[in-house]
This record gives sequence, structure tokens and C-alpha cells, in this order.
Amino acid sequence: MSIEIRNIQKRFGDFTALENVSLDIASGELLALLGPSGCGKTTLLRIIAGLATPDSGQILFHGQDATDRHVSERQVGFVFQHYALFRHMTVFDNVAFGLSVRPRAARPSKEAIRDKVMKLLKLVQLDWLADAYPNQLSGGQRQRIALARSLAVEPRVLLLDEPFGALDAKVRKDLRRWLRQLHDDMHITSVFVTHDQEEALEVSDRVVVMNHGKIEQAGRPDEIYEHPASPFVTQFLGDVNLFHGRVHDGKMEIGDYAHALGEHQTAAGGAATAYIRPHDLDLSREPGEALAAGTVEHIHAVGPIVRVELRREGSGDLIDAALTKDQYQTLRLMLGDRVFIRPKKLSVFLDAGADI
Amino acid sequence: MRFKQHSVLPGFGLGLGYTLFWLCLIVLLPLAALLMKSASLSAEAFWAIVSTDRVVAALKLSFGASLLAASLNAFFGFLVAWVLVRYPFPGKRLVDALVDLPFALPTAVAGISLTTLYAPNGWFGQYLVPLGINVAFTPLGILVALTFISLPFVVRTVQPVLEDLEAELEEAATCLGATRWQIFSRVLFPAVLPALLTGFTLAFARATGEFGSVIFIAGNIPMVSEIAPLLIIGKLEQFDFLGATAIAVVMLVISFVMLFAINLIQWWSSRRHGMTR
Repeated sequence: MSIEIRNIQKRFGDFTALENVSLDIASGELLALLGPSGCGKTTLLRIIAGLATPDSGQILFHGQDATDRHVSERQVGFVFQHYALFRHMTVFDNVAFGLSVRPRAARPSKEAIRDKVMKLLKLVQLDWLADAYPNQLSGGQRQRIALARSLAVEPRVLLLDEPFGALDAKVRKDLRRWLRQLHDDMHITSVFVTHDQEEALEVSDRVVVMNHGKIEQAGRPDEIYEHPASPFVTQFLGDVNLFHGRVHDGKMEIGDYAHALGEHQTAAGGAATAYIRPHDLDLSREPGEALAAGTVEHIHAVGPIVRVELRREGSGDLIDAALTKDQYQTLRLMLGDRVFIRPKKLSVFLDAGADI
Repeated sequence: MRFKQHSVLPGFGLGLGYTLFWLCLIVLLPLAALLMKSASLSAEAFWAIVSTDRVVAALKLSFGASLLAASLNAFFGFLVAWVLVRYPFPGKRLVDALVDLPFALPTAVAGISLTTLYAPNGWFGQYLVPLGINVAFTPLGILVALTFISLPFVVRTVQPVLEDLEAELEEAATCLGATRWQIFSRVLFPAVLPALLTGFTLAFARATGEFGSVIFIAGNIPMVSEIAPLLIIGKLEQFDFLGATAIAVVMLVISFVMLFAINLIQWWSSRRHGMTR
């Protein structure tokens, strides 16, 4: 089922949680709402679910206005960060809850409920825990039960609020992959909220980056990562080095260094900042045509990626660079070495308030 | 069962020692003295004292009225706690403080005020008596007094548990299509039930031991509105110490059996819900 969000506005007292947010979610899509805490992503999710009401604006489900529809009529499955399982019920009863509270006429028979619940428990690979109580389960197991519970009522939309937020790193990774698979099997329109950019980029079909109650950028994960639309998105998606300079004649000029800007980049001139990811920096011992020079201060060489920390000459800023093991071995870097850096790729944004 | 379980918390031996010592000193010793005293009675004499119609009627009244009062409070106390936790309203803090008043008020004061209210010429009595409802100097009056003094127990045990219930539980149930009544009866109430049971037990225990407020409003008519504690006092005043201890022992045993039974129910229900380890 497709969801259309039209000009949603929501305030809590003086705080604007959502400002004129509009968004289309395609049927069968797995969409991530990504942003720092307090950016309004959870509020937006709750408004889609009907757990919160917008001050103004509309929510359309499958083209029909659902703004005033009650939660229970929206047929949404909601998964909470802290699971919200019913502690006094067994795992089985938790999953069966949505079916067993239906009015008698619409309620499936006991056997039908039993079959359905066991099928769902098999789907989340926890059928052997049917008689356990929630507090006997691990966090990852609880979240899978919560998911099975929300799927039992065959929702048309699945909404997940930081579903992996309370889990440890390893379980998180497994569950992430598992959720992706589940979505590919079921093709139910899903929206999940996260503040973890890696999670959003890895799992979703489309990422919506939010900040201060507004949508900063929406697009496919690779699109967003390769062509961030704003300094905020660039910085939020991962580590980045900042270099201040000017845009002039289609080039980004930083000191004596100039980098020709591609079509995606800004055409206007003025004071600007270049954002360069650590792995987009080339290190070499050759001077000439370099963006900057620096001395090696720290080398972290565990794993396939070697992280090098440089102290930039002149400004004394720290620069992070990431090399492959091969590059690192060819360079034979040592602490205190003087190296030159050249960017392979940079994102340039004009400084706010800069004259154009 | 192993007697000593290894635990990361130090001081199990010392802790258990103090606990037992304290319980012995404060609870068991006086009760043992009571039992010792009554042991000087022969079985026949003991039975003769406690099986008189007057004693049986008083015991029935004491425990019956206490159970009824605790049940009333389980219902209305739950309601008070629910309203205090769930709804914001002006003067909420004042109402919250009012709940504790029966704790703080000397019970004799409570008894005198209730009697004044319900006496045939009192504020309530003047309207109730013509309707044929006599509260003062009847078992009904005892019920009113016991309900009054045991109200805070249920409210104060249920309130924190209600406050701790996550709003997400209700939201989850709503999303799953449950009606408001279903959310209450299947999600919220079962979560509060253990606390409610504790509150009920405390209220019941308090009510059985109550003396001060009851004697004023009860009228203390033998066989009708005379509670067991009063009977004990009566015997003491006539220097019939053995008779007093005999009744006291019976009260003690009944109380203990009932409290133990309620504890068993609680233990069973919490095990069923997987809340103990």
C-alpha cells in the first residue's frame, strides 16, 4: 500500500517537531527515516501510524485520506524500540493477541489462530519458545517476537521505531539482514526509523534524511552517499574532512590547490567548504599539485582498512585518511612521516551567507 | 534445595542472621509468649473458651467485615489509584495527600468522626436512618470504619505499578486492534494484579487488627456488633488473661493461614507469569 504524506506540521509547545513535511512512499518499499535524535523522525512515524495527530496536513493511504482514521482502523503494524511485549503473556499469547481481540464474528477459530501463530513463530525462527515468557528471552529474540506479533494481523504497512536501537552490535547486524530478507519475501510497505546511517544505507530501498523537522534529502542509499545534497547530510552519513576555500570559475580553490567541479556540484562562486571522506584522500610522498601536506600522527592498522591521522601543516587541523592495506604497505608509512594529500572526490557547498 | 546459594552479593550469612534475629525479636518472641501463655490451658478449657457463641460471632464479624472492607477497597482503591495516575486534574496533589489521611489520623479520631456523621442525628445519619439504613452501632458501621482505615494500602501499592506501565504497551495493543476495554482487561489489569493482591492483603491485615476506630461506631453489642479484639480487651479488663490469650491465639492462627494463602496465590501467579527466576 502506498502512503502519501502531505504538508505535515507538528509542534510541541514552542518546539517544531515537523515543518511542512511531504513524502511519497511507494507500495512495497522499505524506507528508512534517518536523522539525529530530535529531528522529528519518530514523530513522523507515529503520525503515519495514527499514534500522534498532526497539527495540519494530510496522510493518504492508497490515495485515500487516513488523517482522521483511528490507529486500529489503519491496519498498521508497529514495532517499538523497547519491544512493548506483554510481560504476563507467553510468547504464543503475545503473537496471538491481535487475532484474539477481534470481534467474535471476525475472529479465526482457535485452531486457525494456533496455526497462524506457529507459522509466524517459525518465520522468526523462534517456534521453540512459544511457551516462554518475554523476560526469559534475549533482546534480539524479543524484537523478533514483537515483529511476529505485529505481522499476525496482516498489516498493510509495517512501521518500525528504532527496531534495533536497544540491541548489541552483532545481533543488530544479523537482525538487519534478516529484516531485509523478510521484506523481500513479504513485500509489505515498511518504514523504519533509525539514527544509524550504516543501518539505513544497508537495509533500505530509499533513505530519507531528516534534520530539525525537515527532510534534507531523499533518495536511494548510493545516491545519497555519493551525492549528498547538503553539508548536514554529508556530515551525518560518515566521517568527513573539511577544507575551507572559494569556488571560482567552476573550480574549488583551497590555497594554491584547485579542483575542477563536476556537473553535480555548485556553479555559483563564493566562499565554500569542501567535504572529503577519509577514503577519498590519496596519500603520497610526492609534492606538487597537492591539497595539503601533513605529518603522520597515528596509524590504526587493524583490519582491511588502515586509518591514518595526519596533522595538517600550517593550520594544524587533524585530517583522517583511510587506505587499503596494499596502499599502506606500498607507502611504508611511519609515524612522523611527511606526506601530501590529494582528494579523489569532494563535495562542495557554498558557505551559508556567502556572497554569490 | 541447597541451603546456601552462591551469590555475587556479599554478606548472605550475616544478612540472613540479622533478618532472623530481628524477626525473632520483634515478631516471633511476643507471639511465642502468647502461645506459651495459652499453652497453660488444657485443650478442653481452650476449646470451651473459644467455642462460645459470643466468641465465634465476634471472630466471624472481625474476619468477615475485614474481608469485605479489603474487597471494597481493592475495587475503589484501584479506581482512586487509576484516576490519580491517568488523569490530570486541578487539585490532584491535594487529593493525593488526602489518601494518606487515614494512615496519619489517630484511629480514635476517625472512629469518633464517623460515629458523629452516622449517628441518627448526624450529617449522614439523619437522612439514612429514616430510610431504614442504620450505620452507627451496627456491623455496617464496622464495615465503614474498616474501609476508611484500610483505603491507603490498596491505593499506595497499585499507584506506583500503574505509573510504571509503559504507554507503549497500550499503543502496541491499540495497533493490534484491541478495544479500550480489551486493553484494560487483557493488558493493563493483569500487569497490576499482583500489586492489587498485595494491597488487598495489607488492607485485610490492617482491618483485622483495627480496634480504635471500630469501638466508637460499633456500639459493641454482644453477638451483633462486637469485634474479636474488643472481646480480648474485655477479658483483660476482667483479669481473665488466659481467656484473652486463647482468643488471641485463634485470631493469630486464622490471620496467619489467610495471609499465607494469599502469599501462595501471589507466588503462584508470579511464577505463572514468569516473573520470578
